[in-house]
Amino acid sequence: MSVTPDDVRKAARLSRIKIDEDRLDHMTGELNGILEWIEQLNEVDVDGVEAMTTPVEMSLPMRADTVTDGDKQSDVLANAPRSDDGFFVVPKSVE
Amino acid sequence: MTDLTKLTLDAALKGLKNKSFSSREITQAHLDAIDAANPQLNAYTLVTADKALAMADTSDAKLAKGEGGALEGAPLGIKDLFSTKDVRTAACSNILGEFAPPYESTVTQNLWDAGAVMLGKLNMDEFAMGSSNETSAYGPVASPWRRAGGDNAKLTPGGSSGGSASAVAADLCLAATASDTGGSIRQPAAFTGTVGIKPTYGRASRYGMVAFASSLDQAGPLAKSVTDAAIMLENMCSADDKDSTCLKLDIPKWTDSVGASVKGMKIGVPKEYRVDGMPAEIDKVWQDGCDWLKAAGAEIVEVSLPRTKYALPAYYIVAPAEASSNLARYDGMRFGDRKDGANLTDVYETTRGEGFGAEVRRRLIIGAYVLSAGYYDAYYLRAQKVRTRILKDLQAVFQDVDALLTPTTPSAAFALGENSADPVSMYLNDVFTVTANLAGIPGISVPAALDAQGLPLGLQVLAPALDEATCFKVASALEDAASFTAKADRWW
Repeated sequence: MSVTPDDVRKAARLSRIKIDEDRLDHMTGELNGILEWIEQLNEVDVDGVEAMTTPVEMSLPMRADTVTDGDKQSDVLANAPRSDDGFFVVPKSVE
Repeated sequence: MTDLTKLTLDAALKGLKNKSFSSREITQAHLDAIDAANPQLNAYTLVTADKALAMADTSDAKLAKGEGGALEGAPLGIKDLFSTKDVRTAACSNILGEFAPPYESTVTQNLWDAGAVMLGKLNMDEFAMGSSNETSAYGPVASPWRRAGGDNAKLTPGGSSGGSASAVAADLCLAATASDTGGSIRQPAAFTGTVGIKPTYGRASRYGMVAFASSLDQAGPLAKSVTDAAIMLENMCSADDKDSTCLKLDIPKWTDSVGASVKGMKIGVPKEYRVDGMPAEIDKVWQDGCDWLKAAGAEIVEVSLPRTKYALPAYYIVAPAEASSNLARYDGMRFGDRKDGANLTDVYETTRGEGFGAEVRRRLIIGAYVLSAGYYDAYYLRAQKVRTRILKDLQAVFQDVDALLTPTTPSAAFALGENSADPVSMYLNDVFTVTANLAGIPGISVPAALDAQGLPLGLQVLAPALDEATCFKVASALEDAASFTAKADRWW
């Protein structure tokens, strides 16, 4: 499974990361190097093996459905790149 | 007066309690040491001198009344991965800009509740993605160690907790917080002659720790001795309702395990860890470790972990996949740095393209690729199944042995820039440490010897889940036998 520059462009797009066209070949080479090394995982017999999703065997804890936090508008907005009158200011997202 | 920065945490706490010196004195001594060293070592990205002295004065008032917590008055360094209220927390990434969290991580809150003093924030690889501290947006950290009779090249303290390791080794704090996703506590410990432990997954709360790979990330300390590491870990860990994966268990008194006998223990030596091209000196220190434990009454047995070589490639699927999900939050809208663009998508892509460094971009793109339609089963699902097999291999071995002894790293510290051309060669630094993260088990690194170039080498002890006590017992037996007292010659 070799990665093409097009695959990299698509994955970068999915990641919302801009990469310059002239860096694409270099990045493709690097990814292929890493993924070729990863290919050795195909040697492991995983038939009937369950996928591991967490190292702790515990059921997710439950808690009462009550409000335990809030009224922190200024805290929430404190690190906003732009805010106005209690709102986040973001670029136009609907035409 | 003796140099207070040379004290271990344990000795400093005793001195503070006895009023041999004040918290203000030992805090000021560390601030002075940081001032002198940081232009060369770059261990701290932010020094909170005023806050440190204010916290020290509060501690001194408590100590004067014979009150105070387990860490009262002890100045510590905090890895920039831990959110500290109103103090810049950037995970050493440009994308977080001057982010100052309005909340405190549980781990650091536990330390302040125990009376500790914050000296400042410690440098690290960007979002903890690196093994040399060279991916930090704040520049690389230099190790206090240099090759004997060599070229004086600046060496890496390891990574991602490079600032923590360098600061502890250079006496710029009594101990430091760190975090370990694939070896980021233990590899820097080995490279700098310090002690570092990653506890069982879930022992320490991840609340307020900047997330990298959530099923692997775990906090732990870097410290000057096994006792100091135990003191730190006891005070960092806790149950926590704010992290649903944090274990609801009482924290054992790990300091009681330090110095306890290893007589009659069975220690496994995994034969697959004898990797091709391993330097003879690493092999020798490993053999020395076996001999020391045998002399202390333990039995050494060879064991097999047949899937060892697959741990690292599995990690390089799982960790980037989790990272690509976790780091989706950095969109430049609610916090951090925003770049302008032609439209909303362009704002996102420019913000993230310019805000993330090269290694982080690389891992996020790999993560998106292995999770994308058509590749999910071949990569991500397969890696998660390999992870299960690695865990089962370990669980089977721990039926027979109490702990495993391995080298921490396949080499001593390398020079900055020496290993950065090929990503895979950098990844191989974690070949001995990463298994513990995949399986969620505890691992400790303890300094064992100096190599021919005068650089520290570490030994790693792995134990079953929740058995940090065994890590501390075996590590302290190794510490006693190795009597490693070497410190880097001061050149900064």
